[in-house]
Amino acid sequence: MISLKIKDHSELFREPEYQEQFERKREFENCPSREEVARVSEWTKTDDYKEKNFARKHIKINPAKACQPLGALYATLGFENTLPFLQGAQGCMAYFRSHLNRHFKEPVQGVSSSMTEDAAVFGGVNNLTEGLENAYALYKPKMMAVFTSCIAEVIGDDLNAYIKNAKEKGVIPADLLTPYANTPSFAGSHITGYDNMMKGILSSLNAGKSGEPNGKTNVIMGFDPYIGNYREIKRMLNLMDVKHVILSDVSDSLDSPNTGEAKLYRGLTTLEDAQDAINASSTVVLQKYSTLKSVEHMKKDWNQKFLVKQPIGIRTTDEFLDELSKITGKAIPKELEEERGRVVDAMIDSHPYVHGKRFALVGDPDLLMGMVSILMELGGEPVHIVCTNGDKTFAEDMEALLASRPFGASGRVYINKDMWHLRSLMFTDPVDLLIGSSYAKLLWRDTKTPLIRFGFPLFDRHHLHRYPIIGYQGALNIVTTIVNAILDELDRSTIDTTSFDVIR
Amino acid sequence: MRQIAIYGKGGIGKSTTTQNIVSGLAEAGYKAMIVGCDPKADSTRLILNQKAQTTVMDLARERGTVEDLELHEVLLTGFRGVRCAESGGPEPGVGCAGRGVITAINFLEENGAYTPDLDYVFYDVLGDVVCGGFAMPIREGKAKEIYIVTSGEMMAMYAANNISRGILKYAQSGGVRLGGLICNSRKTDKEYELITEFASKLGTQMIHFVPRDNEVQRAELRRMTVIEYSAKHPQADEYRSLAKKIAENRNLVIPTPLSMDELETLLVEFGILDQEAVA
Repeated sequence: MISLKIKDHSELFREPEYQEQFERKREFENCPSREEVARVSEWTKTDDYKEKNFARKHIKINPAKACQPLGALYATLGFENTLPFLQGAQGCMAYFRSHLNRHFKEPVQGVSSSMTEDAAVFGGVNNLTEGLENAYALYKPKMMAVFTSCIAEVIGDDLNAYIKNAKEKGVIPADLLTPYANTPSFAGSHITGYDNMMKGILSSLNAGKSGEPNGKTNVIMGFDPYIGNYREIKRMLNLMDVKHVILSDVSDSLDSPNTGEAKLYRGLTTLEDAQDAINASSTVVLQKYSTLKSVEHMKKDWNQKFLVKQPIGIRTTDEFLDELSKITGKAIPKELEEERGRVVDAMIDSHPYVHGKRFALVGDPDLLMGMVSILMELGGEPVHIVCTNGDKTFAEDMEALLASRPFGASGRVYINKDMWHLRSLMFTDPVDLLIGSSYAKLLWRDTKTPLIRFGFPLFDRHHLHRYPIIGYQGALNIVTTIVNAILDELDRSTIDTTSFDVIR
Repeated sequence: MRQIAIYGKGGIGKSTTTQNIVSGLAEAGYKAMIVGCDPKADSTRLILNQKAQTTVMDLARERGTVEDLELHEVLLTGFRGVRCAESGGPEPGVGCAGRGVITAINFLEENGAYTPDLDYVFYDVLGDVVCGGFAMPIREGKAKEIYIVTSGEMMAMYAANNISRGILKYAQSGGVRLGGLICNSRKTDKEYELITEFASKLGTQMIHFVPRDNEVQRAELRRMTVIEYSAKHPQADEYRSLAKKIAENRNLVIPTPLSMDELETLLVEFGILDQEAVA
């Protein structure tokens, strides 16, 4: 038997033959000397460079955001028998799907109308018509949710008219649910796309459906990359005995049990429920900035109570439950109160290690609000808060949050800035810890600041999305993750000293 | 090979003027090609003596992709060996005509339409520099020379000034230059003097003043250039003269577009705008 040892790529490229190749490549590409690279690299850590970096106008370097149609695709995945349909190029859809695959480690369904150069010139009406016809014939979905990427938006494809025509031509049934949203990749971010698609679905499915109140509570998660949060909110609502419908429940689509049977479309929100959402007694929205237009639409057209609040940390979870109790008339059960007590106890145990620690944070606006809130509850000090896709309202909300606690005194929020800006901030005004997505590991590499992974996407650590970060359980998970990261670091930094202790 | 782009306000007579210039050059023994960059596809009918020719995008639409086209299907030869191609484009209201121009020109380049024996390539470009697609002829070292067709009418001059702004942008990054204004007379007041002055303010010249003559109309109705239809008519000589001036023109400049105020002041000076209307 031939034994074949296959080297992992982490070892392979250290072999002399590869090292030699890298050297030749440097020479071939006429690279500056190592000394010059080191000199410039050092300069990028200075205040002088930071000033230039912040004066930068025309490019983004490592922005912490994805594009609108990715968020739109995500919004569709929680509905029963729904086929996401992209009016755009195949490559766009491939990117959205693989981006979600890498975070959730699950397959994602979706089709595109394969727009190419001729579609760019003549318009995408044929692509949409034939695409709808083919996709319907192949997959027989109950709903096709249509959204767009750049090519269709640049040429101004008229989705509404095209879909109507397709139905009039009879290529798809007239009663097939076909909500749509314009989601240009070059404007906004994944949270805007989520919002646009959600508004498209909710408005289209509930048009003219106003009728008998159903007594339920709608729940909209926002662009929430934590499947654990879906399960947690359901658990909390069940404990409170609140009859609820999650609008776009992706918890099976993106975290399906492996039973040996492969199924498409595991969205848990039935279309019947989705079309009755207008008749609920209340709607609870767990994120603010990823649902702005959807909420505006619902408040205008849906005659019910609304609660828009993200329960991350003790204080906001308390407020969330109080208000939920008010609008549903259901009491907060003892079980949740006890849970709260246990988490508060855990926080008291851990807070000496977190107290006074300085943090840099980067991510989506909703996540940042939640993380800053719970950090301050633990006595941590948020210092640099970078939000590529945050707007002025977010900046004001964040400033108000920081001003509400002494721990927020050194905090500053930066909207429309990217991770290269954050790099300058972290070099010129160092912090103890960094909170961000997997892409923030580049900042960990450069600044050696320990990275605690929260947000989207999380590509390089497994299963984090399966654990909730909302509610009291979520708070416990956040506390555990943060304090243990600090303790790991403490062990590392004291490894050969008398302070290397078994007890922390 | 000199590549020349003709711009100007819609309806000003770009296509007619271009085809008559090219006829003049062909008559003088030059080898020339016209590339129509307008979805209307009326840039070559006078040379080919036919209704609009099959365009690159027509065939692309029919076959689904531009890759299945053969050059000979879209590159036709007309009066005195002038080669003609039309980009074509989408129906009004859908798609992207600019992208159509880019696709068509790329196709012509990749499939060898630009043979070394050509002395001139003329691009007849829709209306205004409205998007990147319609700037394609002056991008990436294609046409380095631009002529703007205008008249003494205010809106034609506005458009000419706007086009100069577009040229300015490309002139700074590439080698595009303005060769002059062609005044296609509409018999407005003091038209010759006005356009001469306007050209000088733009830093260029009025390369020729084409008088208005119904012979142009008569030739057009027969799908011919004046040079072909009535070679001895004085109007044919006007176009020959224009063609000769372009062939000999070395006065290529980076334009100095006027501000709105400057342009209006000029119109006031020539009594076209009331002082009060401006104030």
